[in-house]
Amino acid sequence: MEDQIQKTCLHDRHVALGALMSPFAGFDMPIQYAGITEEHNAVRKHVGVFDVSHMGEVRVKGPDACKFVNHIFVNDVTGAPDGQIFYGMMCYENGGTVDDLLVYKVNDEEYFLVINASNIAKDVKWILQNAEGFNVEIEDQSEYYGEVAVQGPEAEAAVENLLGLEVKDIPFYNFKTLNVDDEEIIVSRTGYTGEDGFEIYGSHAFTRNVWDKLMKGGVQPCGLGCRDTLRFEVGLPLYGDELTDTISPIEASLSMFVKLDKPEFIGKEALAAQKAEGVKRRIVGLELEGNAIPRHGYPVEVNGEQVGEITTGYRSISTGKSVAMAMINKPYDKLGTEVEVRIRKKTFPAKVVKKRFYDKNYKK
Amino acid sequence: MSKVIEGLLYADSHEWVKVEGEIATIGISDYAQHALGDIVYVDMPEVGDEVTAGEDFGAVESVKAASDLYSPVSGEVVEVNEELEDAPESINADAYGAWIIKVKISDASELENLLSAEAYAKLCENE
Repeated sequence: MEDQIQKTCLHDRHVALGALMSPFAGFDMPIQYAGITEEHNAVRKHVGVFDVSHMGEVRVKGPDACKFVNHIFVNDVTGAPDGQIFYGMMCYENGGTVDDLLVYKVNDEEYFLVINASNIAKDVKWILQNAEGFNVEIEDQSEYYGEVAVQGPEAEAAVENLLGLEVKDIPFYNFKTLNVDDEEIIVSRTGYTGEDGFEIYGSHAFTRNVWDKLMKGGVQPCGLGCRDTLRFEVGLPLYGDELTDTISPIEASLSMFVKLDKPEFIGKEALAAQKAEGVKRRIVGLELEGNAIPRHGYPVEVNGEQVGEITTGYRSISTGKSVAMAMINKPYDKLGTEVEVRIRKKTFPAKVVKKRFYDKNYKK
Repeated sequence: MSKVIEGLLYADSHEWVKVEGEIATIGISDYAQHALGDIVYVDMPEVGDEVTAGEDFGAVESVKAASDLYSPVSGEVVEVNEELEDAPESINADAYGAWIIKVKISDASELENLLSAEAYAKLCENE
């Protein structure tokens, strides 16, 4: 399979910068350039840029587009103004999660879906197989689009000054399409870091040009390593860790994105039942005493019995604390509950806390 | 290019050993610290613990991942580098200065299984 690994349109840039490269979701991606800590801090304090061209893009068009998106998506796009973006999930009938995604509303008859790289083939198949009976056209545009994420308190200045794009007027979780050199590009005020920032979608040539301008302007290139530490600190889920085909959005403590008052969507019955009856387990935050670092898959115990496991854990770069997100059985999910995390041969005391270890600094 | 120091012995799992009499001082190589990235935690045994050649005795953790430490020799831990508790990053700065544990060697013949500086440098080149 090694020879089938894909490269983004910025791959040669990463190699030239001396990035540590590693396979992720079928792509040879940069994990770090200067180091995870330095890149993480650049995004929290100044600005950094990520190559996220591996992400998938699917366009849904047609008279039934709104109805269809509402059918496959747990959030509710009804009545939204053009240019608004929604975060949410696609679920199976049993409530398990197909993927989490962003839905960009172009207009009532056109939506732009941004999906995880690891799930592109699965998602596209799922979307197509559920489109029967809807008057929609579905196009997988993942290979056309490159994407960069410019993130951090100085992101707006970088995008305006270095790229010459007018983005000041874009509200949080909104986007606009701009015409640059006869090409339609998409800019949204979104991201996956808990900081203000923009995600910019365009052709490969445009994306390379954007990247080069940001590099020339001194913006820190950031790898997937700090993308994970940044999203983790502000409690954002990663598909594969906090959401999977067997973890529902309710279990992932993301029920605010599940609109059970919608007339129908795939998984509604299962999710409504979970909400009404309560779930047996859910994702919570944990804070450990001491310096040991909890990692994905480590057991969480109470009185020597396993009651859950770590989904993501780090020594938080921003706070210095050893913290984790974990899937914990009830009733041990209550705030303040004392548990133990098994790390190699020892166990370490921890307590259940809110799964936000660092406050978001969105510009709303 | 990672630094390899003459006069030390190396394990193919990237630990180095400095032998002085019956005491082996153990750390991780420059190649290993570089591959790990920013080191944020070192999980060390306690003085008095027994370690066995080829078996794990702790871990070095970067931001991203935990990497097990394998002991190049068998014996009793006589000292641990407590400075690493507060400054694990000193391994990144000086992998051969920031030792991890000292072991009283119980079987000196095990040293024959370790690599010379030259052989270890070759191993790193091929990885």
